[in-house]
Amino acid sequence: MGVTARLEMGQGDRTAAVRGFLRRLLDSQAVGAVLVAQPLPRKRLRMPTLVTDPERLEGADPFSPCFAVNGARLAARLSRKPMGVRWAAVMRPCEVRAFIEMVKLKQAGTDEAVLISFDCPGAYPTREFLRTGGAETAGDTERFLRQAFSGEAPDPGLSPACRACEHPVPPFTDVHIGLLGGEAGTFLQIEGRTAAGEALIAAAALPPAEPLPSREAALGALIARRAAARDELFARTEAAVATIEGAAAYFADCLLCTNCRVACPVCTCRECVFATDVFEHDPFHVLRLAERGGLLKLPSDTLFFHLTRLAHMSTACVGCGQCSNACPQGIAVMEVFRTVARRTQQAFGYEAGRSLEDPPPLAVFREEEFTEAVGIPAAPAGGGGPGRTPGSEGGRG
Amino acid sequence: MTDFEPILIAFVCNWCTYTAADLAGTSRLRVPKNVRLIRVMCTGMVDPQYILKALLHGADGVLVSGCHPGDCHYLNGNFKARRRIKLLQEILPCFGIESERLRLTWIGASDGIRFAEVLHELVARLREIGPNRAAAVTAVY
Repeated sequence: MGVTARLEMGQGDRTAAVRGFLRRLLDSQAVGAVLVAQPLPRKRLRMPTLVTDPERLEGADPFSPCFAVNGARLAARLSRKPMGVRWAAVMRPCEVRAFIEMVKLKQAGTDEAVLISFDCPGAYPTREFLRTGGAETAGDTERFLRQAFSGEAPDPGLSPACRACEHPVPPFTDVHIGLLGGEAGTFLQIEGRTAAGEALIAAAALPPAEPLPSREAALGALIARRAAARDELFARTEAAVATIEGAAAYFADCLLCTNCRVACPVCTCRECVFATDVFEHDPFHVLRLAERGGLLKLPSDTLFFHLTRLAHMSTACVGCGQCSNACPQGIAVMEVFRTVARRTQQAFGYEAGRSLEDPPPLAVFREEEFTEAVGIPAAPAGGGGPGRTPGSEGGRG
Repeated sequence: MTDFEPILIAFVCNWCTYTAADLAGTSRLRVPKNVRLIRVMCTGMVDPQYILKALLHGADGVLVSGCHPGDCHYLNGNFKARRRIKLLQEILPCFGIESERLRLTWIGASDGIRFAEVLHELVARLREIGPNRAAAVTAVY
């Protein structure tokens, strides 16, 4: 399944070429709206915009190194109920992967939304982008793409999440725009991976093309570089939090502002338990806690907050890094979440954002599985087994 | 270490393990005094956050115990609980908390003897592992 088409590049500017493609989608009425990031008057950040007028695509700048918000959250809201038209969402691979998790958690729908992803060059930390002013024009974005894909000065200034991201291409998407290899070529490779994606390519009347060999090679090198950075990140982070002291020290500056939870695209609870008084202890209880060691740091429960979040969403974590962007204290939140998420996802043979078919691990079960999790291990002779003694079947008839 | 008395929080389901605990009591079986029972309607309603709260607030171990497979009063709550326990057993060791501190068992309503055995075994195991320092450490960080 799938078609590969070519998108001509005018003056070697990939952003301009893709704007043309999006314009054709609106002009041909293949879609009634496009969700795409662009700079806004008096704002330096590129924010997602919902564009219905083809003329207003002039500023679309989806490949800039600004990743202010994970658009999956916004796309999920737009897709929860019918909009009345088919619409396209131009998103980074991590946004697409988060959107897929939202669909499976019944927080988003695929009836009208068509996902358009692209070879992701990565992005700067938001604070860094604001500090430097970032790319001001589309020409700057093209320069950034060339630098990011060159492989010579590997991933300069990219956020830690992007440097360690082995998914410059999402495993599942409707349309994928191949930006890599565009340096040399005169066209971009555009793939329609699903029926909805093929329909968009047909509507834009793009001619078919053979896959670009130069892109395949460049992509392989990019993924290898990022995977190496990822493994280094895992090793470093595992060591940092491997003891309870290390873990507590890692999050010691946490103020419990919960910005990381708000920024997280897959933290889906409408009312988070940390926004309720479930764990709001009575004052005398807090006093008792303080009396245990004579001192209690406040707010307490900071590590508890992060562990609870890991228990709730780590199987859906896509490692987009918005938690780190959101932290006012500069805690490297993403590193811990990605490291633990890899382990929890592996435990269930799951990979966030891989496909619409794999059910979320905590939504299903099998009768025969994880038997090692049941019973008391290393019990003295005679006590072993999975916690079952003769006659124990008699419980309820 | 010989003076160490582990604190064990046990989330037990109303239909099987709590009934077994009741039976252990009426049968005058000796159970360790280390355990604090928390009766829940089903192990399937034990959100991981409650287990984490216990382990980070002074519990040395947590036991979640419910009906045998196929016996769940709500059909499959115990299977869902098993996935959540598995999840936590992956997360806890990342932060230096031994996964053995969290156990899941199936103890049927007529298993009063088994209930007492499990508690003795688990408390003995927790004595070997030693105190959980998470509460003391997180209090000052």
